[in-house]
Amino acid sequence: MRGLNQILAVTWLNLRNLPQRVGSSIVAVIGVAAVVLVFAAVLSMAKGFERTMISAGSEDTAIIMRSGSTSELNSGLSNDQTLIIADAPGVLKDGDATVMSAELYVVVDVKKKSSNTDANVPFRGVQLGAFDVRKNVAVVEGRMFETGKNEIIVGRSAQQEFAGLDTGSKIRFGQSEWDVVGAFEAGGSVSESELWTDVRVLQGAYRRGNSFQSVRVKLQSKDSLDVLETALEEDPRISADVLTEKEYYSGQAEPLSEFIKLIGYPLTILMAIGAVFGALNSMYSSVSVRGKEIATLRALGFGPISILFSTMIESTILALVGGALGGAIAYLAFNGFQVSTLNGASFSQVVFDFAVTGDLLIDGLYAALIIGALGGLFPAIRAARLPVAQALREL
Amino acid sequence: MSEILARLDGVSRVYQKGKERVEVLHELNVEIPKGDFIAIMGPSGSGKTTLLNLLGGLDKPTAGTVTVGGAELSSMSNSQLSAWRSTHVGFIFQFYNLLPVLTAHRNVELPLLLTSFSAKERARRAAIALDIVGLADRAKHYPRELSGGQEQRVAIARAIVSDPSLLLCDEPTGDLDRVTADEILRLLQVLNREHGKTIVMVTHDAVAAEFANRTLHCDKGTLEAKEAA
Amino acid sequence: MKYFRLIWKNAWRKKIRTSLTILSVFVAFLLFALLSAIGYAFRGGVDVADAQRLIVIHKVSLINPLPMSYLNRIASVEGVQSVTYASWFGGFYQEPRNQFGQFPVDPQAYVDMYPEFNIPDEQLEAFKRNRTGAIVGQELATTYGWQVGDRIPIQATIWTKADGGRTWEFDLEGIFSSDDPRGSTALLLFQHDYFEETRAFAKGTVGWYILRVASGADPIQVANAIDLQFANSPNETKTSTEAAFAQSFMKQYGNIALIVTMILGAVFFTLLLVSGNTMSQSVRERISELAVLKTLGFSDLSVLGIVLSESILIMLMGGLLGLGLGWVLIQGIAQQMAAFLPGVFLSTTAIAGAVAMMLAAGVLAGIFPALKAMRLSIIDALARA
Repeated sequence: MRGLNQILAVTWLNLRNLPQRVGSSIVAVIGVAAVVLVFAAVLSMAKGFERTMISAGSEDTAIIMRSGSTSELNSGLSNDQTLIIADAPGVLKDGDATVMSAELYVVVDVKKKSSNTDANVPFRGVQLGAFDVRKNVAVVEGRMFETGKNEIIVGRSAQQEFAGLDTGSKIRFGQSEWDVVGAFEAGGSVSESELWTDVRVLQGAYRRGNSFQSVRVKLQSKDSLDVLETALEEDPRISADVLTEKEYYSGQAEPLSEFIKLIGYPLTILMAIGAVFGALNSMYSSVSVRGKEIATLRALGFGPISILFSTMIESTILALVGGALGGAIAYLAFNGFQVSTLNGASFSQVVFDFAVTGDLLIDGLYAALIIGALGGLFPAIRAARLPVAQALREL
Repeated sequence: MSEILARLDGVSRVYQKGKERVEVLHELNVEIPKGDFIAIMGPSGSGKTTLLNLLGGLDKPTAGTVTVGGAELSSMSNSQLSAWRSTHVGFIFQFYNLLPVLTAHRNVELPLLLTSFSAKERARRAAIALDIVGLADRAKHYPRELSGGQEQRVAIARAIVSDPSLLLCDEPTGDLDRVTADEILRLLQVLNREHGKTIVMVTHDAVAAEFANRTLHCDKGTLEAKEAA
Repeated sequence: MKYFRLIWKNAWRKKIRTSLTILSVFVAFLLFALLSAIGYAFRGGVDVADAQRLIVIHKVSLINPLPMSYLNRIASVEGVQSVTYASWFGGFYQEPRNQFGQFPVDPQAYVDMYPEFNIPDEQLEAFKRNRTGAIVGQELATTYGWQVGDRIPIQATIWTKADGGRTWEFDLEGIFSSDDPRGSTALLLFQHDYFEETRAFAKGTVGWYILRVASGADPIQVANAIDLQFANSPNETKTSTEAAFAQSFMKQYGNIALIVTMILGAVFFTLLLVSGNTMSQSVRERISELAVLKTLGFSDLSVLGIVLSESILIMLMGGLLGLGLGWVLIQGIAQQMAAFLPGVFLSTTAIAGAVAMMLAAGVLAGIFPALKAMRLSIIDALARA
């Protein structure tokens, strides 16, 4: 217990005369803050993107595409095949009708508001069941499009991010003109980055005949997926992959999200190494400034362990302050900031927010803790080993 | 001994400390003949260090003129004074003030970096200076590896390496024991008698003052002569 | 540079402190090198784009195909020297994550259109003769360990074969490299004729056209003329220079340049703090030495210069090391990333910029301590000591 008291006493002393070592201390704090700031900012992109993608997918909706397709865009299903799916076991029926939406999308050029450059936006043809097979989708402005007409409803995120998509405007893609009759929300998920119209109209406009790319169908229960999958596997008329929508979107999110992490983690580690050097510098300087004081404490009977731990605690506290500062700035500056980027997998834009989540901030604090510990260790050892008599003699 | 090397005419030095006005030197008139070795003694705050600073061009008088070797220091700009100092005066301090990161040889060479001598020429002159002070064998040592007396010799070598006519010493033996102090003072005598250097030495030590030709007493900003034994 | 010894010795006054500062600088510039190189990749090879090459895509979207009949019509537009085509195959090798460009092309015409690609004549001839032949870029060959004579199966995700199969097999007839180290060769080229006869649908179409503008002709004018040809047809075109095309594509990722700049900004701010702190400590502890230099006759300006030189020297030592290691690492990284982010490269502009920053950072970190040294009063400094 005496050891602990000593440690606390010396630590308190250290912190009290911190103002004398303001320069070095600030440098250490800011160094760590920068690391945590960059870490949180970069990884919040991955988090935000993932969240947008994954929140779109429900576990009781299956998405069916042609076997081997890596995404909807690469897939192709005939009208007959969609009918086969409609009657397969495991699908949820509302009376006689299956709760499903056979869909097809193309990629159209729209200008990004922020940079006024072209962006590829998904233009999806859906059936009326589109609202039932997805979670939380609702028209919030204007009205739903009428089937058979060149009418579009736009996702809220798309409307915010891209130009010319306000309700009531007309937009031209290639040869055809479309009326924007409303906007829909989908819980902030990737669907909100899209433009929707009647699938028949889209097929006509883009010469797709009677073909689709995917079918989304509501499952009777979460466990019905296997039943459906088996049934379709055994049917020779159709060769398809069956996934829950959630699985599908996770897969779609993976490449970009992994890429961001591939850059983000090494970047953070490198910066952290730099911060450790900065912290070491600050702590060595701190120890040398306090030389006489440490020697005096030793002469008074404080053990070397108390000196060691108190130095490490000081370093750790400085680092944690830096970590909290960096995290706070990241949160205030970036959280909720909307951006859009190209998702290679779907070849179209996904609009998402930076998400500075709690676990990112905690990871940041862990990083700060490690930096603080490493940055304090060697100086602490030096402080503990300071030759007392010599230090007292020196001016 | 009749040619005057340095003179102060009606020199006053006043410091303004907030509201207080401190007059450190009051209308001083001094003539320092060439080749002389003068000791200046006096209590703290009497202005002896200020006098030295004025002679070396480190400070400017509030009134009066300072002339050394024909150059009127009081009217020169800072950069002119820097240039003048490098060739005309050598300083020797109580705490040696050697650069700890350089060897003895390199410390001595330092003033020569301001000249256009080649590296070889600089090395030669530095070696001569170290030889004069008797430390040729310590050329490659760092100040921390030298004793106090040896450090002061290196400082003296540095002070004479550009062959200045005037040496200004501020308590040169203040940090040394009696035996070492005497060695240093004897060295200063050699520099004065054999090498013709004019030396002005500020000191607390009456014994040290006896090594000089004459002693002046500095009190409350004025100087009085007292013949040395 | 007779002052060098003095500056060097003073810089290393406190060895640990200087070493740690140099290491901080090292990390900062290593990061700079890596981020610049990645940022460069996001410029989409704009710098290697040939100013005389134009890309023609479907106006509605890049993924809509264009009719093969456009080939001759484009060729007949004034100012067009030569034209060829390519399409996006979009398959993968062995695993879905091994994606890279596979283009069915007219072999001779395509290689002629991209003179920066180098391939031995006999390999090109073998490719031309073999219906199921293919040539790959050096980067791909290295990544997957392919050699001439290998049989390479590519899994199609879009293009099912007429017989229903998905696996397209190619005979590797040659490996090509690029003149320009900045250009990417993560590409597999195969015969369009084979593609046309084997694919199940969309026959008679291509993905895009590439054309070379005749010398003396204005690329923009030619581009407009081509688009005018096909205006108001079922398949309208959008023609742009290769550079503009690459850039518009990369711009879709977002303002990567801005993000990189912001991160580097944070890094440099911290760096300046660390070095500035080191320099000010260094000056603070040798005030009396600096005063002595002045008594010896060193001018105020020369003292300023000595301190600034020290700061710059530390920056250069750490910075050049960091830049050097970064350059070495990038050679390896570029190879690894070639398949999904081609063009990772440390440009000479970036290197020059880095050196300029080392000098600027050296001055900024050292300027306040240097000014303090310059202005110090000799008398006060010595009296305090």
